Amino acid sequence: MTVSDVVLKTEHLGISFGGLKAVEDVNLEVKKQQLYGLVGPNGAGKTTIFNMITGVYTPTTGKIFLEGEPLVGHTQEQINHMGVARTFQNIRLFNNMSVIRNVLVGLHYDERFKCSMIESMLRLPRHAHSEAAMRERAKEILRIFDLEDERNNLACNLPYGKQRKLEIARALATNPKLLLLDEPAAGMNPQETADLMTIVKRIRDEFGLTVLLIEHDMKFVSGLCDELTVLNFGTVLVQGDTDKCLNDPEVIKAYIGTTQEG
Amino acid sequence: MGKEKKRNAFRIKDYTSYFITIVIFAYGLIMQMTGHLKRSDSTLLVQIAYGIILAVSLNLVVGFLGELSLGHAGFMCIGAYLGGYIAVQLSGVIANKFIVLLLSMLIGGLLAAAAGLLVGLPALRLKGDYLAIVTLAFGEIIRTIFKNLNVFGAAMGMHTNTIKYDGGGKTSLYIVTFCVVLVMLFLCNNLIRSKHGRAIIAIRDNEIAAKAMGINVTFYKLFIFVFSAFFAGVAGVIYAHNITPVMYSAFSFNYSIEILVMVVLGGMASVNGSIVAATALTLINALLQKNLSGDLASFRYLVYALILIILVIFNNAPVFAPIQQKISPRAIIARARAKKSKPGDIPDEPTDWRKVPTKIKMDELLSTDLQQDKTFEPDKPEKSGKGGE
Repeated sequence: MTVSDVVLKTEHLGISFGGLKAVEDVNLEVKKQQLYGLVGPNGAGKTTIFNMITGVYTPTTGKIFLEGEPLVGHTQEQINHMGVARTFQNIRLFNNMSVIRNVLVGLHYDERFKCSMIESMLRLPRHAHSEAAMRERAKEILRIFDLEDERNNLACNLPYGKQRKLEIARALATNPKLLLLDEPAAGMNPQETADLMTIVKRIRDEFGLTVLLIEHDMKFVSGLCDELTVLNFGTVLVQGDTDKCLNDPEVIKAYIGTTQEG
Repeated sequence: MGKEKKRNAFRIKDYTSYFITIVIFAYGLIMQMTGHLKRSDSTLLVQIAYGIILAVSLNLVVGFLGELSLGHAGFMCIGAYLGGYIAVQLSGVIANKFIVLLLSMLIGGLLAAAAGLLVGLPALRLKGDYLAIVTLAFGEIIRTIFKNLNVFGAAMGMHTNTIKYDGGGKTSLYIVTFCVVLVMLFLCNNLIRSKHGRAIIAIRDNEIAAKAMGINVTFYKLFIFVFSAFFAGVAGVIYAHNITPVMYSAFSFNYSIEILVMVVLGGMASVNGSIVAATALTLINALLQKNLSGDLASFRYLVYALILIILVIFNNAPVFAPIQQKISPRAIIARARAKKSKPGDIPDEPTDWRKVPTKIKMDELLSTDLQQDKTFEPDKPEKSGKGGE
């Protein structure tokens, strides 16, 4: 395994709030086009790791590298431009915008659709070109998620499962190398979950994406992820192959507890 | 593809703001051509015009960006004093008053924009109430500074008689002013309807998500703040050309609130609404000033406040909703359209958000419940929470 194959790497990543060590000594190594899972009971620090990767929190210890480039110290916007996109545990769409506009916001910094503020204000020809091209691209992305027919509806009026999908579509529009999905299947019915699994695999192949995801639905995780990191109380419990991890007695103990502890 | 064509085609809706402005402008022009335009009327027209500039530019910050700014009169004050001062100086050098007017508007606007940048850089890190307090303080500080500078006439106000713009006739400042309004509307409308406008509205909708999507939040916030300060400055320069002397007392906190009232009454994030509200409020104010003179003068603010309260209640109280439905222009247009098209034929308008909810319910019914080849599984009870926060 050469270094260039590793998309995301964290070294001794840790953060503490006051005296509380929320995450401690987490070493991840996510390879290109891998579907990597981050699981663990509530409060294990999974979302906190996402927040550190995307620049919401600055880690107190350790380093994060995206294809060898350090991420710590950059703002959220810069990290997104470097190629990390994410979704949120509690959906954060632009609720008062139509579905297609949500995706268009994601396309904002795409080099192909450049159009300066002055050009927009004076309605120079490039404005119309870039706007039309952006719409085409947005529709292409929506088609993958089967949302094209909903494009003129308000985002907040979509059913829950579709809102989740739209959030992934919007993240995908920013043209990321690494996609972070925070509980993508939460609140979906089994049918929708199954659809989502095929979609995630499809975008991984079509866009050459690397996906790091948090999920509690073990069917979803075992059906999708190649490798796992199981966290408990901010520290790594087990790391490695999915089946091995899920059958590990430590993991079962953390999730369900043993008979003695009741 | 047919829909895409429609998108690029001419839509009357996109040009309503220009239309309203031109109607007011045309009224002035017709009155002037028939010789009925009085001096006071022309002054009133200028007041309406800079009222529109102020309201629309403040709406960019409050309505579209979603940040509460209470210092708009402060930026106007900078434009009025500095722009007016420069115009007075320039009028000694340049004989053409039109060029003096344009130059002073540009410089006054730029100086106000610079002040906007200075205030915005630290203040936009604050949110909501705190930003409001900082901008409010800024407005008061600016006013006090000008009150104490002898160059600008100190407490007596700055006299601008020498630059009174009379162009073709004695009353033509309003023509230039309305041209400025049209230019501003062109820039603002285009900005809002571009990808940059989309980014700004995204910031208002969900700042965390906008950041995660890579939108440069600081840049856009600062830009809109400075852009809006520029036009407030331009409005100030026009003010200085319209009224003499320029008094510091005109740019008090009350005036900032008055501009905010125009924005709120016209509707947040509605350019057309801001234009109508600015026009209406300026007219009401002028009418009250004219009719309640002498002993009744002290009732002016009372009546003005009453009118505002009634308007706000009428706009928001559910009791009046049916009446509003009957007389609001949007409803009238919708009714006229409904007669033309077949019932059940929902026009596919991305901007017409009022119709969306019913449409979605139908879609859901048809696609999920009644499809034959798919089984419908209810969500698990513990996870079936609604979307959003």
